[in-house]
Amino acid sequence: MVPGDLRYTKDHEWIRVEGDEALVGITQYAADQLGDIVFVELPDVGRALDAHGTFGVVESVKAVSDLYAPVGGEVVATNDALTGKPELVNDDPYGEGWIMRVRLADAAQADGLLDADAYEQLIAGG
Amino acid sequence: MTQAPPPVPSATPLLDRHEALGARLIEFAGWLMPVSYTGIIEEHRAVRSAAGLFDLSHMGELVVEGPEAGAGLAAALVSDPPSLAVGRAHYSMICAPDGGILDDLIVYRVAPERFMVVANASNAEVVSDALVERLAGRSAVLDDRSLATGLVAIQGPRAGAILQPLTDVDLGTIRYYGIAEGHVAGIPASIARTGYTGEDGFELFVDVDRTGDAWDAVLAAGRPEGLVPVGLGARDTLRLEAGMPLYGNELDRHTNPYEAGLGRVVKLEKEGDFVGRSALEKVAHDGPSRRLVGLVMRGRGIARHGHPVLDAGGRTGEITSGTMSPTLGEAIAMGYVAPADAEPATMLDVEIREARVPAEVVSLPFYRRPA
Repeated sequence: MVPGDLRYTKDHEWIRVEGDEALVGITQYAADQLGDIVFVELPDVGRALDAHGTFGVVESVKAVSDLYAPVGGEVVATNDALTGKPELVNDDPYGEGWIMRVRLADAAQADGLLDADAYEQLIAGG
Repeated sequence: MTQAPPPVPSATPLLDRHEALGARLIEFAGWLMPVSYTGIIEEHRAVRSAAGLFDLSHMGELVVEGPEAGAGLAAALVSDPPSLAVGRAHYSMICAPDGGILDDLIVYRVAPERFMVVANASNAEVVSDALVERLAGRSAVLDDRSLATGLVAIQGPRAGAILQPLTDVDLGTIRYYGIAEGHVAGIPASIARTGYTGEDGFELFVDVDRTGDAWDAVLAAGRPEGLVPVGLGARDTLRLEAGMPLYGNELDRHTNPYEAGLGRVVKLEKEGDFVGRSALEKVAHDGPSRRLVGLVMRGRGIARHGHPVLDAGGRTGEITSGTMSPTLGEAIAMGYVAPADAEPATMLDVEIREARVPAEVVSLPFYRRPA
């Protein structure tokens, strides 16, 4: 069961809202689908984000996958630990594998995303 | 008019075993194959430190037999199969008249007048058709044994130690690129000391109906020694570290052996004509117009197939294969560049999405197994 306190996108990102900021990462399902993650291309701090726009890339041994912003806003921090240990995304995707922290342009945007039940249904559907 | 349904991929004899092992399966060259079991990096490391077991039953085995088998193959391929002693093999290629590569192959001489040509799964039919055409009029017969043959490979420093108790052949008597007939776990097998990983290892050719028994026996014997099943994902990272080309990436119909750094495989000195001779003689004389090189990324980024390669003057070529090397911990790649950029230590750039990431030309292979 995916963490109940997060919101999710159809592209398998998660978002944890904390006031007017939020942490963003990818789900265990996405990490499992990718296999061993060997590289994460993080956005620059200060970068403006559009909801559903690409903000970076996560690479497995064999494949390159775009990352999509769950909400609009501005990047205020990125998880530099992923530079040396990209496998954190596989091992702890909701914790130490977080990818970026954003300042939300509009906190209500997160409410429109999938809750845990809806995301579980999405991935159960294959 | 109704459309024909898409073809269903073929199963090797080991498919149910891969499924039982929890393999992630993909469709490859018309076959359902395991890309990984426990994870590409873990499987790759197991081959470098202990051993890995590969299902290669999708590959093509074409047996050419008769008094003119050797001469016929010498005229069909770029290498000189008659120069092989019985029980020896060599790497070869089959080219088109313009020198473009149809496939890369290993040719084994299993008897004075019998050769086994092993082709890539993706090209088995093309190679079979070309050989039939090129052998016409010769006192030699082509027998496509692909569907009748199972192939299992064990590769890694412990491969010999794992396999020896299972076989009546003294593995120490099989040199690299040698092949011997014997038994593995009582199953008749051709045992070849060839592979695609850069490690020591053995490829076991058995009757298709015995493939499962051979796999089970080797896996059971090897597990306590660290042997794990290994899929196509790690097969690719292993061969790339070893600097070995992959047909479809480094080699294709529009590439000649000299561009790929494989001119030594073309035996221009052999007697008689062979398909592609005049075109290849010209390339050998003039030099190839581009060269395959190894690259190590010196900035952050992984070069991938298709990424442009740039020198100070602009585009000089493109990447053919690239990955994060599990053994080296660096991003490595192979690609074609202009001959002037092919010297080791040359600094180039790879265009990865919007960025230009520096890369250094290095000699191949990236990895050599410890002596």
